[in-house]
Amino acid sequence: MREINVKDITTAVKEAAIAANYELGEDMLHALAQGQATEESPTGREVFRLLLENARIARESRIPICQDCGLAVVFVDLGQDVHLVGGDLNEAIQEGVRQGYEEGYLRKSLCHPLTRQNTGDNTPAVIYTTIVPGDRVKLTVVPKGGGSENMSRVHMLRPAAGLAGIKEKVVETVREAGANPCPPIIVGVGIGGTFEQAALLAKKALLREVGSTNPDPELAALEAEFLTLVNNTGIGPAGLGGRLTALAVHINMMPCHIASLPVAVNIQCHASRHKEVIL
Amino acid sequence: MPRTITLVTPLTDQDVEALEVGDTVFVNGVIYTARDAAHKRLIDLLAAGQPLPVDLRGQIMFYVGPSPARPGRVIGAAGPTTSYRMDPYAPQLLALGLKAMIGKGKRAPEVIAAMRTHKAVYLGAIGGAGALISQAIKEAEIVAYEDLGPEAIRRLVVENLPTIVINDCRGNDLYELGMQQYARL
Repeated sequence: MREINVKDITTAVKEAAIAANYELGEDMLHALAQGQATEESPTGREVFRLLLENARIARESRIPICQDCGLAVVFVDLGQDVHLVGGDLNEAIQEGVRQGYEEGYLRKSLCHPLTRQNTGDNTPAVIYTTIVPGDRVKLTVVPKGGGSENMSRVHMLRPAAGLAGIKEKVVETVREAGANPCPPIIVGVGIGGTFEQAALLAKKALLREVGSTNPDPELAALEAEFLTLVNNTGIGPAGLGGRLTALAVHINMMPCHIASLPVAVNIQCHASRHKEVIL
Repeated sequence: MPRTITLVTPLTDQDVEALEVGDTVFVNGVIYTARDAAHKRLIDLLAAGQPLPVDLRGQIMFYVGPSPARPGRVIGAAGPTTSYRMDPYAPQLLALGLKAMIGKGKRAPEVIAAMRTHKAVYLGAIGGAGALISQAIKEAEIVAYEDLGPEAIRRLVVENLPTIVINDCRGNDLYELGMQQYARL
């Protein structure tokens, strides 16, 4: 049994929340630079140039990449040989979010759903904990923006809808979203599972490195096909028209009930922020 | 042919009529911020027959909830939020003389119609470019609803805030035109 003090988890979450909001990942920087080189629309190329400039200013001048510093989604892979000491894991994560958003000058964007009163410290974070083999703790902090989350959908299709139905829903979701979710976007697709599992599969798909190939060849082929279909909409960077509406489509799939065909589409804006820490 | 235009607030009908979809517009002068919660309060005041905390005639409203300013700085990141959430409120504010809105994303037909009726425009700023856009903001002060935090109404002084005309006062829509140009069926 390896002991880990939850205080170290608080510190790790705090630092990851701050880093994610100021430093765009290398994969995204690469994808934006590639977009600037390949986009057909001159306006679209200018949008890519400005987004790269935005990322540079954020990193160097310590201004968040986006004023929507997100709702903090935290994925915890907890090794089963770890013994957590010093307090409550859930509260330690919430405290990390609280400290990170305060000390990092990040916007607090959570409110009571009915009164709309701001909670004041960007908590509660949404936490998903999975028990995994080993004696380590992996934390992934994902500040998720509201604009792109609003454009995400879960569809409970009839099995008869099949792959054609899935494609239609993915393209329809992106088309209806238009300029709203800050294209160029990343499209996370979850196929199968249950109502909530499909959405979680879609969200986890957004964490994969942009530009990486799905290890499942069948899904890799579908991702390429879906990307073409989504980019045929012509929405383009910032929605001003262009070839690159999405930089990537990532798919996760698992078996589902014989009566069901759940499909979730989770949209991620170009400010794709996530930071992983291993303790 | 898209043009580059420099605008200084307050705006006149002539300023608005001169703008066409696709024009790059650099905004200068005083503008006001407001997003979801502030809009609701403004509309509630109008319903109660009370005056608004800000005279909107000739003004520009920027849909933004900035991140906190570091000590010694004017403001944090300050990019546009998605505009459709303000659609239920926008026509009433346009009727009061609001001349332009800065945001991102498509507007409802009734907002586009109200822009035609009242001679106003919708300017798009690049969503997610909050660090870049903040560089154009030279002054910021809260003028109403401080309790709303990031959603308070702020008076900003901006220099060359970069935007593009999405809807002009003749009902044209750059998002539609852009998509049509690049869509493959």
